[in-house]
Formats: sequence, C-alpha cells, structure tokens
Amino acid sequence: MSSQFAARIIAASARLLAGPTVRWIGSQPGRRQRVYFANHTSHLDFVVLWSVLPHEMRRRTRPVAAQDYWSTGLRRRLAVGIFHAVLVERGAKSASQSSGSSGHLDAARRTLEQLVEALDKRYSLIIFPEGTRGSGESVAAFKSGIYYLWRQRPDVEFVPVHLSNLNRILPKGEILPVPVISHVVFGPPLQPEANESKESFLAKAHRALEELGRS
Amino acid sequence: MNFHADHQMLRIAGGVFAGLLAASIAGSILKHTVKSEHGQATVDNMNARVRSWWIMIGIFAFSFMVGPGGSMVLFALISLLALREYVSLIGSVRADHRTLFWSFFVFTPIQYWFWYTGWYGLAVILIPVYAFLFVPTRLVFAHDTKGFLDRAARIHWGLMVCVYCISYAPALLTLNIEEYQKQDAKLLLFLVIVVQMSDVLQYIWGKLLGKRKIVPAISPNKTWEGFLGGVASACALGTGLWWMTPFTPLQALGMSLAITLMGFAGGLTMSAIKRDRGIKDFGEMIEGHGGILDRMDSICFSAPLFFHLTRWFFVSPHPVIQW
Repeated sequence: MSSQFAARIIAASARLLAGPTVRWIGSQPGRRQRVYFANHTSHLDFVVLWSVLPHEMRRRTRPVAAQDYWSTGLRRRLAVGIFHAVLVERGAKSASQSSGSSGHLDAARRTLEQLVEALDKRYSLIIFPEGTRGSGESVAAFKSGIYYLWRQRPDVEFVPVHLSNLNRILPKGEILPVPVISHVVFGPPLQPEANESKESFLAKAHRALEELGRS
Repeated sequence: MNFHADHQMLRIAGGVFAGLLAASIAGSILKHTVKSEHGQATVDNMNARVRSWWIMIGIFAFSFMVGPGGSMVLFALISLLALREYVSLIGSVRADHRTLFWSFFVFTPIQYWFWYTGWYGLAVILIPVYAFLFVPTRLVFAHDTKGFLDRAARIHWGLMVCVYCISYAPALLTLNIEEYQKQDAKLLLFLVIVVQMSDVLQYIWGKLLGKRKIVPAISPNKTWEGFLGGVASACALGTGLWWMTPFTPLQALGMSLAITLMGFAGGLTMSAIKRDRGIKDFGEMIEGHGGILDRMDSICFSAPLFFHLTRWFFVSPHPVIQW
C-alpha cells in the first residue's frame, strides 16, 4: 500500500472519528508556506489538524512531534512513513528559554536546526508551542521555540489554529476514543514587528490563539 | 422479514422521485423570480434542503435495496451520528469518557443486533432497563461525584432518544403481520414519508400563512397555521397511501395522526434542548437542515408509538394470560 494512499485513508478516518467543523477566519487554504501553531490537548491534535488541510497542502505540511513518544514501533511507522513528522527531542523547547544545562541548549539548537531545515525545503510545519498537552480549558504559556523559529525565517506565515473538543475524543491517559464533534479554526497570520521582542512576540501569538478560541 | 420490489414499491419510488423533481424545478424557477433579499435567502435555504433531500433519499433507497441488514446498518449509523451530535452539544466531563464509549460502541450495536435477530423481548428493554442500570454503575467507578445524577441522566437520555427510539424505525421490518408478509419495508417507508412530509408541509404552510406562534418561548418558527395545515395535509397524504400498508383508509388516517402529533412533540422537545444550550442546530452535517438530529427529531418520537400501535393492533396472536 503506497503511503499516499494510506495517508488519505488515515486522514479520512480521522475526519470520520473527530467530525471536525473547519473554519478559516482571516486566512485561506493555499500554497503559501506556513507554520501552523495550535493548542495541544490530545494525541489526535496534529492528525486532525493535518487531516482537514486539502490533500495537496497535506503533502507539503509536516507535524513536529516528540521523539520519545513517536519513535517506536507502529507509532514510528505512522509518524515517519505517513505524516512525515519532524521528530524532535522533548524538553528542547523549554531548554531554549536558556535556563537549562548545556545539554538542553544543544537539544534546543538541534531542534531549531531541524525545523529550519524543513522550512528551507519548502515544507509547512505544525507545531504546538505549549510544549505539552493541557486539559483543554485554557491555553498554557508558550515555550520560546516558536519565537526563535520566526527569527530564523521571518518571511514564513505564522498561522494560529485553535482546536477544541479533541481532548474529549481522546483525553490524556485514554486509549479508546469517543466520537465527539470537534472544531478547527484557522486564524489570520501573525503580523509581528520586524524587531519584535521575544516576550511581546510570544504574548501576541498566545493572544491570537486565545481569541480564536473565543470566536 | 424480506424485501422485494413489488409494483407498489415502484409506484412509491416513482412518486417520491416525481415529488423531488417538482421541488427542484420549483426551486430553480423561484431562484430566478424572487427578487427581495429576504426572499432570496429563504429560496436558497429551500434549495439547499431539496439538494440534501436528494442525497438522503438516495442513501435511504440504497440501504433499502441491500435488504433488512442494510436498513439496520443505516439506522445504526444514524443513531451513532445523532448520539455524537447530542453528546457534543450537551457536554461531558473527563469521568464520563468510558461510559460514553460503552454507549457508542457497545449498547448501540447490540440494540440493533437484537432487532436484526428479531429478539423483541430484549430489544425493547435493553436500554430502558439494562443501560439505565449500567450507566450510573459505570460512572461510579470513574470516581467523580460532581453532578453525578445530572451526568448519568444526560447520558441515559441520549441513549434513549438517539439509539432506542430511532431503532424502532427499522424495527418495523421485524413485524410479522398476517396478510402483509414480506412487505414490512413499505411500513417503514410509510412512517418515513408521513413524518418527513409532515415536517416539510408544516414548514411550507408556516412560510405561507404562519402568524400565531404556538410556543414562542421554544420555537419562534412554529405557528398554529403551519402546524394545523401541515398535520392536516400530511394526514391526508398518509390516508391516501393506505394501499401500501396493512391498514384501511380510516386506520391509515389514525396512524398518520399519531405519527404527525408525536413528530411535532419530538421537534418541540429537541428545540427546547437547543434553546437551553443557546444554539440553533445540532450540527451542520446536512446542508440546509442542520445536523442529523435536527432531521431525526420527529422520527425519534413517532417511531416507537407507530411500532407499538401497529404491533398491538395488527400482529397476532397476543399472549393471553390464563390465571
């Protein structure tokens, strides 16, 4: 079975299970290179976000996922073979807040390099700047990786995507899903100032996502 | 239970096809003649509804041709989708997760399986009795007492409406009516035609003449004119279709009246829930109509009554208790 075909099957099953309603507010699906950043509440998040993109865009969009979770057995085959994920070391993003040891800093640098490399190959990315799955009630503070990524490639559009109800389909710690209707809202691309500071960039991005959640 | 396309079935199919065609043609004429903005919006919505009807009737017809199993599977899927809209809307907490999993993937298939195998005794009590006992028991083991009774009641209510009640529609195929062997499929068609036409006709009468609101607090679109006109014309239609049923014309009229009144009650009940939750539709799956549950609300309430009335009066023999 070709991976293209498998990808279509998986995207269709994800849409069947999660029944997502999709809204584009202030941005349109298109060929432009983008970094989609979303709130994170479930393992299903990137699969569903990826599955609602038009097929052609899906082929050009790679999720960024934690290496420790996605690098064994079936998960690895899905992550690498189907989703074409960029697997990164977990903890790397928090380490780039420059508080960690030099090992963490190395990990952060490697992660950033991997993402920039993917962008340079004209791929779009899906990232979860909270760094870990939350309860779904609010959007946690962002790790700073997204800021450094923007500094490296400021021409790429950073598009906020708010996901809701996916935590009700497959909450943290559950294996069996319950089919609940989920919602995916794509917002307008961020418009940072050229010399935007880290704090203000992160605050802007965070606010954009929270506002989408209320819309 | 069995199916074959007798000449009556072909007549019905022809009638439905002609009706839809007429609606499509009327819609495209109106699209060019209606000029006002408000009128345009109404016509667009009407045309979207008609387009969706083509698709719904196509799927329904296909499942019919597959046979009784096809209808059971179709309605089981409808139940799952309806339950999904219901659960999505009324909300659930983390501790409900596994109980919901049971509701979707255990109770729903078993309910339809019992009907499919003709196990009447269990099909009628599975959800009212066993799911009723199971749901709170399973919830207890999720270790969360917050809103316990409320959560248990909501989940069970969803199973009753979306699974139990809807399953009575294909259950009509299992009735073994004398003089009507192998024709039960037409009974299901009769129910669906009368219920759905009652909705459509109430909509049309309401649009044409609607003035006095019946229950403005619940549904601002339901008027006495729409209700009376819709019920009367749907009953006339049902009576006119007596030849496809085991009923006499008078009995067909009585059945149609029961079906349309229950359908109306179902529509209002679901409207009350939607109003309470502050939304207009349960979903956006069916263009122009809203969600599956918006289309099925009247079937939910009319199917059980129609089934039991038919079974009571037309299926023999009834067990006679000898004291």
